[in-house]
Amino acid sequence: MIAFIIRRVGQALAVILVMTVLVFFGTHVIGDPVWMMVPGDATQEQVEQVRREFGFDQPAHRQFLAFLRDIAQGDFGRSYVHGGPAFALILERMPATLELAFAALLMAVVLGIPLGLYAGLNPEAAPARAIMAGSILGFSLPTFWVGLMLIMLFSVMLGWLPATGRGPTVSVFGIETSMLSLEGWRHLLLPALNLALLKVSLVIRLTRSGAREAALQDYVKFARAKGLSRRRIVGVHILKNILIPIVTVLGLEFGSLVAFSVVTETIFAWPGMGKLLLEAIQRLDRPLIVAYVMVVVMLFVTINLIVDILYSALDPRVRLTGDTA
Amino acid sequence: MAAAGRGRPVLEVSDLATHFLTREGVVKAVDGVSFAVHAGEVLGLVGESGSGKSVTGFSILGLIDPPGRIVAGSIRLKGEELVGRGEAAMRALRGRRFAMIFQDPMMTLNPVLRIDTQMIEAVTAHEAVSVKAARARAVEVLGLVGIPAPEERLNAYPHQFSGGMRQRVAIAIALLHRPALIIADEPTTALDVTIQSQILAEMQGLVRDHGTALIWITHDLAVVAGLADRVAVMYAGRIVEQGAVDSVLDSPIHPYTQGLIGSVPGTARHGARLRQIPGAAPSLLRLPPGCAFEPRCARAIPVCRAAPSLSRTPDGRAFRCHNPVPQGAALPEMPA
Ligand SMILES: Nc1ncnc2c1ncn2[C@@H]1O[C@H](COP(=O)(O)OP(=O)(O)O)[C@@H](O)[C@H]1O
Ligand code: SF4
Ligand SMILES: [Mg+2]
Repeated sequence: MIAFIIRRVGQALAVILVMTVLVFFGTHVIGDPVWMMVPGDATQEQVEQVRREFGFDQPAHRQFLAFLRDIAQGDFGRSYVHGGPAFALILERMPATLELAFAALLMAVVLGIPLGLYAGLNPEAAPARAIMAGSILGFSLPTFWVGLMLIMLFSVMLGWLPATGRGPTVSVFGIETSMLSLEGWRHLLLPALNLALLKVSLVIRLTRSGAREAALQDYVKFARAKGLSRRRIVGVHILKNILIPIVTVLGLEFGSLVAFSVVTETIFAWPGMGKLLLEAIQRLDRPLIVAYVMVVVMLFVTINLIVDILYSALDPRVRLTGDTA
Repeated sequence: MAAAGRGRPVLEVSDLATHFLTREGVVKAVDGVSFAVHAGEVLGLVGESGSGKSVTGFSILGLIDPPGRIVAGSIRLKGEELVGRGEAAMRALRGRRFAMIFQDPMMTLNPVLRIDTQMIEAVTAHEAVSVKAARARAVEVLGLVGIPAPEERLNAYPHQFSGGMRQRVAIAIALLHRPALIIADEPTTALDVTIQSQILAEMQGLVRDHGTALIWITHDLAVVAGLADRVAVMYAGRIVEQGAVDSVLDSPIHPYTQGLIGSVPGTARHGARLRQIPGAAPSLLRLPPGCAFEPRCARAIPVCRAAPSLSRTPDGRAFRCHNPVPQGAALPEMPA
């Protein structure tokens, strides 16, 4: 178990290094951040001065080595645009994004599993066909368009829910969350639903195919031969088996929720790190982009670790070892 | 049927027909099957794969799912009619009055649930007892089927058991409520020969001690010879011959039974697959109008294109054949 975790952390560090190289030289190719930092009417001397100040006059590999040296000393650089430490800026926005992704995940599970179970166990029923048709829509409609439609319907036409922003937050163990107040949820509902749509469809399909397959297994027939109730067979024997792939996929999809939240956060003006990233890319704010990438990679690694641990808890045949990871 | 003077049978199946209404047509998986089993008696249900043995078993338990349906016949458990009962009533009987054991012990236990979970739920599905009492019952039956240290083994998962041990656990689960009838659907086919004979011997002892009626489904005549009191031979959804095991195996009446016996190389190869009788089993979608065995039968005569009716011998055997094997004739020579 310990060996397993150490191995994972090692892999994460390698990924971060590669990503950092890519982002660093990638942004270097795209353009010169100086022009984003000086006023439009700046003189040539002023531009050169800023360039020297930030070290942009050095060759790229020099800049990169300096950057690595700073990191080794615990300095992740300062945002060119905001001025503050890049890492802290990202971390400050992270709770809002995680909250959004988590709410979307919750919706995917709460809506997707019951609907998928129903569709899987009653494949011929009319509601099951409707569910499956709906899940195809969920897959194929573009997120930003659905987001706009949600705003049109629930905010503009019906006026039930606010269209933008995050509700009031409460601090729990030092983490700001808006999930503890009604007003917070009113703000969270639309963006979370928008972000969840794809995942609801995914969970429906996973659950349905899992349930259909499990229902044909001998252990289900044996459970019926024991005289168990349908409720027990579906809720324990079938569900526990199909939870294994669902947990795995959802865990891995959590990362993509964070990634996709860039779109949703922009539409709903949600103050998360996705929105921050988009601004950083527009302004070639390299330290901020690198810090974002680092945070996201670490997030992925942590999630994968949790998924593996959950997986071994759900499936007794799986044992975590250092060498099969 | 055969066993007069032994009181009412535990199970009486008459003219049972279970069909599957598929897109391609009606699959007559079981079509007019009758037999009875008494307390403490072992009935061997024998036939090639696809002959309708499992469907017969599932019909008795009321576990036929659409598109399948029991379309005719009667199944009586100690005189009570089961056909036409609702699902709730059948559920209350399953596992309590009759139980079933399946072929593949690797598949019948739920891989993600501990043995104790799977045994305790089987107890509490039928009796309002405490978990502790249910656990004690589980320990008791695990001991009965020869599982060492049952107390500890209860906490294990199925994958921590060998195939033979898993099948013992399944048998133990079947025994939890001391059912009047156990249907064992090829339970030793997937196991190696030593384990197979151990389990056969144990099952034989258990049904004798508890007076349980046992239907043992198999395609292996050698198993039937050692275990069953009576045997019913199934072909294409019908029982073509049945009677006391010794007389059926010593002097088969139906050409199909004779073919089956001829294809067993000898009891030395216990558990070996049957050597094929020439030709293949007919499609249940397009059965010949007469005797279903006619296309493969060496004794076929023109009248066989009409369905043979059930005939009985004075010693209580029943068969369906227009041109039965002459009694007293030697078995055909095996080709080298
Ligand atoms: N769900 C089903 N749908 C259609 N046909 C079925 C179904 N289940 C069983 N059958 C048919 O019933 C026949 C008998 O099957 P079965 O009782 O399992 O044979 P076996 O004697 O090998 O146990 C098979 O040939 C199969 O075609
Ligand atoms: S009825 Fe005719 S075809 Fe059928 S088994 Fe008897 S002899 Fe053969
Ligand atoms: Mg079978």
